[in-house]
Amino acid sequence: MKALGCVVGLAAAVVSPAASQAAPPLPPFSVVVKDGVATIPAPLTSEPGDPKAGATVVVDRQLGNCLSCHEIDVLRGEEFHGDVGPPLNGVAKRWDTATLRMIVVNPKKVFGEDTVMPAFYRVDGLNRVRPEFVGKPILTAQQVEDVVAFLAALK
Amino acid sequence: MSPRLALCAIVLLAIVGGAVAIAWGRSGPERPHWEGHGIKPPDKDFPLPEIVSGYWFRTKETQAIQDDDFNNPGFFAVEQGEELWSKPDGAAGKSCASCHQDAATSMKGVGAAMPKWREALHKPVNLEQQINICRTERMQAEPWKFGSAELTAMTTYVRFQSRGMPVRVRIDGPMAPWFERGKQLYHTRNGQLDLACASCHEKNYGRNLRADFLSQGQSNGFPVYRLRDQRLVPLHERMEGCIFDVRGIPYAPLSDEFLALELYLAWRGTGLPVETPAVRN
Ligand code: HEC
Ligand code: HEC
Ligand code: HEC
Repeated sequence: MKALGCVVGLAAAVVSPAASQAAPPLPPFSVVVKDGVATIPAPLTSEPGDPKAGATVVVDRQLGNCLSCHEIDVLRGEEFHGDVGPPLNGVAKRWDTATLRMIVVNPKKVFGEDTVMPAFYRVDGLNRVRPEFVGKPILTAQQVEDVVAFLAALK
Repeated sequence: MSPRLALCAIVLLAIVGGAVAIAWGRSGPERPHWEGHGIKPPDKDFPLPEIVSGYWFRTKETQAIQDDDFNNPGFFAVEQGEELWSKPDGAAGKSCASCHQDAATSMKGVGAAMPKWREALHKPVNLEQQINICRTERMQAEPWKFGSAELTAMTTYVRFQSRGMPVRVRIDGPMAPWFERGKQLYHTRNGQLDLACASCHEKNYGRNLRADFLSQGQSNGFPVYRLRDQRLVPLHERMEGCIFDVRGIPYAPLSDEFLALELYLAWRGTGLPVETPAVRN
């Protein structure tokens, strides 16, 4: 398939916020559809991602908690890896960095509406969010970049 | 037949369900062996290929505590409920026993068929609600608060009278819209983590969510004794916990939403033996 390379939209405009829980939109970023797959080529922050900080986010139960659903061999020092999703070993060979960023930001754009993987950088279109989390993405833009850097090193 | 034997009989009838190919033991060797312990769904449009009690998703140690009535700490509530049963309370000077006599006879099977339609109220009621209706309307006593030791003990005692009996609720007639509402709520995502009951308990049972081994989220053991909390936990508290954990706002215990969900959960467990008081971690 030919590369499309068209900008399809800004994150803030994709879904209208649930009326009761309107949250100010996140800073916009560009989603680019490439070979039929949604990607985010440009980093969300100017500070480059730090894979070591990313590993901490991936482990932390209050942050990424990616281990709740994924096994990751380089983090075998941690107990309890879940298997709701596939193991992430070698994931950078399967997806390029721009797609990995899209997966962390909002995996529904890559895997479809039915995926159980949460969107880590999204505040709209959610239902009955506890007040202390309304308007806050699970991860900050910088934490997303750190996680993407960690994933990009899983070759 | 003892409840334990009933459970074994069901195991013998068990079918190895579905094509859920689980990568076995990837997260460690101690995963319980739940496969083959399911019962057959009532029809082929059922949302689960097999119906499996939460019992089979817990460790051998936890199962052993449940199996032994002398060790099962949930029996404290059964005993407390038994005492309350014949203790007069309220302005009418009556106890449950004044009208219902021996619970072993009058309450047999009742807990396996709740929630149930109440024409006078134009809505279904669950056990907790029915107990409080009897207290307020028939005994002129104060209703017990949801989560109180008394209400949970009485719920446990009444449900215990159905132990080993298959769960079977009516979902037809006036129950139909409640069933549909429950089904819809079960598939609605909640919270910042954006997960529905079905995301965990339908799509991913038999898998690990970090340290938690996911079951089908069946309700046949409730109220369950949770080793973590060292007390009996009613179903609506457990559902509150599941929504809270995805960073969602739970519905209130005994709300119409949780009642609808309770009905739908019971239907998803059609045929499972009542295990009250079950033991869970
Ligand atoms: C609630 C479970 C869950 C959580 C938490 C979760 N994921 Fe996922 N993830 C999945 C599932 C399920 C898939 C498979 C895609 C699908 O839905 O078909 C997946 C797929 C992926 C993929 C693609 C894997 C491949 O080989 O194609 C990546 C990369 C990924 N997740 C990264 C992450 C990261 C990073 C985190 C933490 C920030 C995370 N996931 C948290 C469930 C989860
Ligand atoms: C004055 C008589 C009276 C007393 C006292 C009483 N009940 Fe009832 N109970 C009834 C009647 C009558 C019904 C039939 C349903 C209705 O009209 O509410 C009933 C129904 C029930 C049911 C549902 C039975 C079914 O087949 O669905 C339960 C459970 C129950 N009572 C529990 C209790 C408990 C527990 C107590 C003590 C806290 C109690 N009742 C005290 C009269 C009484
Ligand atoms: C993020 C995953 C997740 C979601 C979403 C979730 N649960 Fe749970 N639930 C769990 C875990 C983990 C347990 C404890 C282990 C087990 O039995 O699965 C549990 C246990 C239960 C149990 C107790 C089962 C037993 O045998 O003791 C019930 C009932 C239940 N959940 C109902 C629900 C309902 C209803 C919803 C939706 C409102 C829901 N859950 C949403 C993770 C989840």
